[in-house]
Amino acid sequence: MTTDRTHRNRKRALRIAHFIGLFIAMSIICIPGLWIVLNSFRPTVEIMAKPPVWIPNELNLDHYRAMFGGNGQGGVPVLTYFRNSMVISVTSTIIALLVGMGGGYAFARYRFKGKAALFVGLMATRAVPGVALSLPLFILFARIGIIDTHFGMILAYVAMNVPFTVWLIDGFFRQVPRELAEAAEIDGCTRWQAFWRVEFPVARAGIASAGIFAFLTSWNEYALASQLTRSVYSKTMPVGLLDFTSEFTLNWGGMCALAVLMIIPALILTFLVQKHLIAGLTFGGVKG
Amino acid sequence: MAQVHLRSVVKKYGGLQVVHAINLDIADGEFVVLVGPSGCGKSTTLRMIAGLEDISGGEVLIGDRVVNDLPPRERNLAMVFQNYALYPHMSVRENLGFSLKIAKRSQSEIDRAVDDAAEILSLTPLLDRKPGQLSGGQRQRVAMGRAIVRHPDVFLFDEPLSNLDAKLRTQMRVEIKKLHQRLKSTIVYVTHDQVEAMTLADRIVIMRDGHIEQIGTPLEVFERPNTTFVATFIGSPPMNMLPARVGGGRVVLTDGTAFDIPPGHKVEEGQDVIFGARADNIMPVGHSLPATEHVAEVKMSVQLTEPLGTETLLFAQLAGQEVQAKMLNPRPVASGEVLTFQINLDKCHLFDAETGASLRV
Ligand SMILES: Nc1ncnc2c1ncn2[C@@H]1O[C@H](COP(=O)(O)OP(=O)(O)OP(=O)(O)O)[C@@H](O)[C@H]1O
Ligand SMILES: [Mg+2]
Repeated sequence: MTTDRTHRNRKRALRIAHFIGLFIAMSIICIPGLWIVLNSFRPTVEIMAKPPVWIPNELNLDHYRAMFGGNGQGGVPVLTYFRNSMVISVTSTIIALLVGMGGGYAFARYRFKGKAALFVGLMATRAVPGVALSLPLFILFARIGIIDTHFGMILAYVAMNVPFTVWLIDGFFRQVPRELAEAAEIDGCTRWQAFWRVEFPVARAGIASAGIFAFLTSWNEYALASQLTRSVYSKTMPVGLLDFTSEFTLNWGGMCALAVLMIIPALILTFLVQKHLIAGLTFGGVKG
Repeated sequence: MAQVHLRSVVKKYGGLQVVHAINLDIADGEFVVLVGPSGCGKSTTLRMIAGLEDISGGEVLIGDRVVNDLPPRERNLAMVFQNYALYPHMSVRENLGFSLKIAKRSQSEIDRAVDDAAEILSLTPLLDRKPGQLSGGQRQRVAMGRAIVRHPDVFLFDEPLSNLDAKLRTQMRVEIKKLHQRLKSTIVYVTHDQVEAMTLADRIVIMRDGHIEQIGTPLEVFERPNTTFVATFIGSPPMNMLPARVGGGRVVLTDGTAFDIPPGHKVEEGQDVIFGARADNIMPVGHSLPATEHVAEVKMSVQLTEPLGTETLLFAQLAGQEVQAKMLNPRPVASGEVLTFQINLDKCHLFDAETGASLRV
């Protein structure tokens, strides 16, 4: 009896500890994000208050109004930045995915000379930090005249994302048994049809996750973008955040408001693709 | 419907040759089983017929077309893989209809063909499930269904039953045999299980290290094995193989026990041979089949028994080697008991000790 009770008590204690642990972890992860959202809705005085005001007294849309307002009232060209970010991120993601699919498939399915070396080389390009690249890239881009263009940014992001998409997609194609494509070929498909009708849909979940990753990397990238973009022609949203700093002041509220606008598309995308991820993970066509 | 011919077919992986100039003629509607130990090149041969593997040398013909350079889709065959290779993102219905859809058949035609196949294999209640929601046996049937909807010229099976449990395997074996009788199509079937080979095949092809050891009907390879390899590979328990020498017109075992030369064999005086006898042909006196013309008697001590009900398997000792024998109408036998056994020499074999080739003429 007593051992039974101590056992139950211990179980309960464990569960509570588990809960507290999770709560702390989640808080650490979420509070900065929530703080940004919160700050974007409250007056500057409250943001700057010391000690911090945890429970807001007043929430309003002033920062958003100002941001979208004219130049005089602290407005920034949000829509232009948003468009730049979208064009650059979406295009570079699509290209990185296509290249990644080609490369990943080749790595997973074919044997060729220098495969291992090529693979390691590809990964090694990712070992160089982006900041270290920014100056050489700046000089290079300036020479060939693609500074401050969508094209230049897309090029940089594709180069940045391709090693990763190749690596990730290679892993997913490896999990798709070879026999699936072979069965499709025997069923009358060409190599090409076998890929698009069988292997691609089966690896879809993995490709989607590579896509999210590539998109988010481009969408949030700051170090390179801050060097390679100069004006509203190509500035992306992360760089746009800097518009809220002036020589002597920092407009925290405005920055937070723009940050919230940045987070929303990323959230929506992740949410949309996530359904795909779960639906796609139904392997089981082969015994295993 | 079609015949399949392999003419000196060779497969090399780089410098490594795994299939050595195989010749095989398969008649229209014939059920041929390729059998052999793991790694002997069965799958490779099958995959060359399918077009999934390049042919390094020789020719493969389906019907009267040389198909060496045709992709799989132009060979009009169907294949069932060991792991089934069902399309995991499609329902059973879509899996079955996939090949017809690729061939751009009308939806009504596809539906009819799928329903027929589902009916034959009792898959009708499962049509809307995904492969992930099926049991192993059900997946196996879907894989077969996918093969039969297209009415191919040739069916290829690569160890289709090896992932099933023993009972289901026996059941599916019967299904496959029925299916063959019904469809009357040419089947090439790969297995490493000799029981499957014996029960299913019209003709068995026994392979070893990329060579064909023997081709024949199940009874032929069982009763007249060409080599010691075939003799021990086919049949369960495996044939007893005793080293011996020909002396004074008789076969003399290493301990001096001598038998008459089994009829139908040509040997030379002093030749080293291997004497082969199946357990079915070594039986204790009083528990055997009616005696035939050529019988040898030998006393052996029984070390171990395995009662199987209608018969008991006896493990005895002869010329310093373990020999398996059978006892009909069994009675209990004590370990160490010495019994007199009758060996039916009409069914025994002599092989050359060096080459392993049968000395039968
Ligand atoms: N891609 C490859 N590269 C090199 N050698 C290979 C390759 N594929 C198969 N082999 C070799 O070819 C030989 C025949 O292989 P195969 O798969 O045909 O054997 P199998 O008879 O089907 O055996 P199992 O019963 O185990 O399936 C084996 O020795 C194997 O190691
Ligand atoms: Mg095999």
